[in-house]
Amino acid sequence: MEVEYSGDTMTLNMGPQHPSTHGVLRLELKTDGEVVADAKPHIGYLHRCFEKHAENVEYPGVVPFTDRMDYCAAMNNELGYVLAVEKLLGIKVNNRVRCLRVIMAELNRIASHLIAAGTYGNDIGSFTPFLHCFRDRERILDLFEESCGARLLYNYNWVGGLMCDVKPGFEDRVIEFVDYFEPLVADLNRLLSHNYIFIKRTSNVGILPPDVAVNYGVTGPNLRGSGVKFDVRRNEPYLGYEEFDFEIPVGKGEFGPVGSCYDRYMVRIWEVMECCKIIRQAVKKLTPGDVQETIPKRIKPPAGDVYMRSECPRGELGFYIVSDGSLKPYRVKVKSPCFTALSALPYMARGAMIADIIAIIGSIDIVLGEIDR
Amino acid sequence: MNPTEIAALLKEKFDDRIVESKPEAICPASVVDAAAIIDVCRFLRSGEGLDFDHLELLGGADYKDRIEVVYVMTSLRHGHRYTLKCRLPRENPSIKSVETIWAAANWHEREAFDMFGITFEGHSDLRRILCPDDWEGYPLRKDYKTPTRYRDMPV
Repeated sequence: MEVEYSGDTMTLNMGPQHPSTHGVLRLELKTDGEVVADAKPHIGYLHRCFEKHAENVEYPGVVPFTDRMDYCAAMNNELGYVLAVEKLLGIKVNNRVRCLRVIMAELNRIASHLIAAGTYGNDIGSFTPFLHCFRDRERILDLFEESCGARLLYNYNWVGGLMCDVKPGFEDRVIEFVDYFEPLVADLNRLLSHNYIFIKRTSNVGILPPDVAVNYGVTGPNLRGSGVKFDVRRNEPYLGYEEFDFEIPVGKGEFGPVGSCYDRYMVRIWEVMECCKIIRQAVKKLTPGDVQETIPKRIKPPAGDVYMRSECPRGELGFYIVSDGSLKPYRVKVKSPCFTALSALPYMARGAMIADIIAIIGSIDIVLGEIDR
Repeated sequence: MNPTEIAALLKEKFDDRIVESKPEAICPASVVDAAAIIDVCRFLRSGEGLDFDHLELLGGADYKDRIEVVYVMTSLRHGHRYTLKCRLPRENPSIKSVETIWAAANWHEREAFDMFGITFEGHSDLRRILCPDDWEGYPLRKDYKTPTRYRDMPV
């Protein structure tokens, strides 16, 4: 969009208690009339010093802290951490643990994408899809609750195994959920994705070209929304993802340039369908076994460091862990996907209307708990 | 390209400015002379067959006798990954910014500055990012003492 600047700018604070910032985020906007000339994100309001805490507890004790980083996708966060420690220890888990982890991670991905889509509709001004999304997410939380007792912060993935085995009949209930959920995606599309107003509000806004996205280190659905086909589950498989048959959806630019808010949103909707595919396959692969078979008695990795990344609903979550051979990690550094996505926000915001800033923030789907750690 | 080849290529190109290489480790890495970091990164970013276009992680680590800066980078085109490390003194650690090579480095370097007090020369906007601007000390240093009060408020 061509904009004209008058040169008469005003500073406007958006946040930290703005309802559409998905957490406590402050944006310092330089506005020229209705046009945003520059945006400066201020973060840190939720900083709890996770990395310092992690240095003071033993390896298994870090897992609950990782839950609290990205509270919308706690299963995926703890999975990233335990995979890193297992890589450091050289542990290979058995098939049951592997498949259950895949099922849980994909269910949590669906739940997280449902929040993303629902709240995004809410931001743009459509309230009904929000209720539909939360209704379906509730059923996933029920599955988690029966497995580990918690609905939001699970502590289910342990280093070397799982907290406990699932209850009898879990597989049937998972398949029942997938059967129930899959047709509802079409409903959501009718309600929101193919809505004329929604498309108009998002398809020409917040364009992030592929080369810029890569340069800013943007990952996950935001990167794929820009048309770059990259997914850690496919490009650097962990947990045996190479055995699963699924597509990697990328933004197509149906109603405007590739990399718009609409593309980022649609990638998430398509991804939800792929999650259902993976869950069906993982349930088929599930074999009996002991889920605590490979949990070591004492977790004491040899001195050294490791970097392990996994695909979180919001992008690539990396853990860099340094071990000095003791019971506590010497240093834990998290590469947060939302942190890098938010760093690209000033690029997307320049030249946009103030109302479109809300559409842009919603489309990159950030969780401030993970950015601030 | 596998880590052994990348390490050999770096050694051939930069010789004694590569302090040591461990391509066989769990996290394959080379320790680079801090003065050469810009040249090495630029080579890795645009070298033929390397194309490390994606800076994944940039962070510090305090080893009591030194501060280390860690760069983890990947190539989306070729799918390979490599790690660089630079050793800095604990007193006034300073290194050149790689912001001009990867835009992603901007915020990562601000975080490393905030947590370890590493100065990145040539950075466009080196401010604290997670802690308040007037916070004292660098929280992730091993000898950091948590203050009892901040602006007359108990911490």
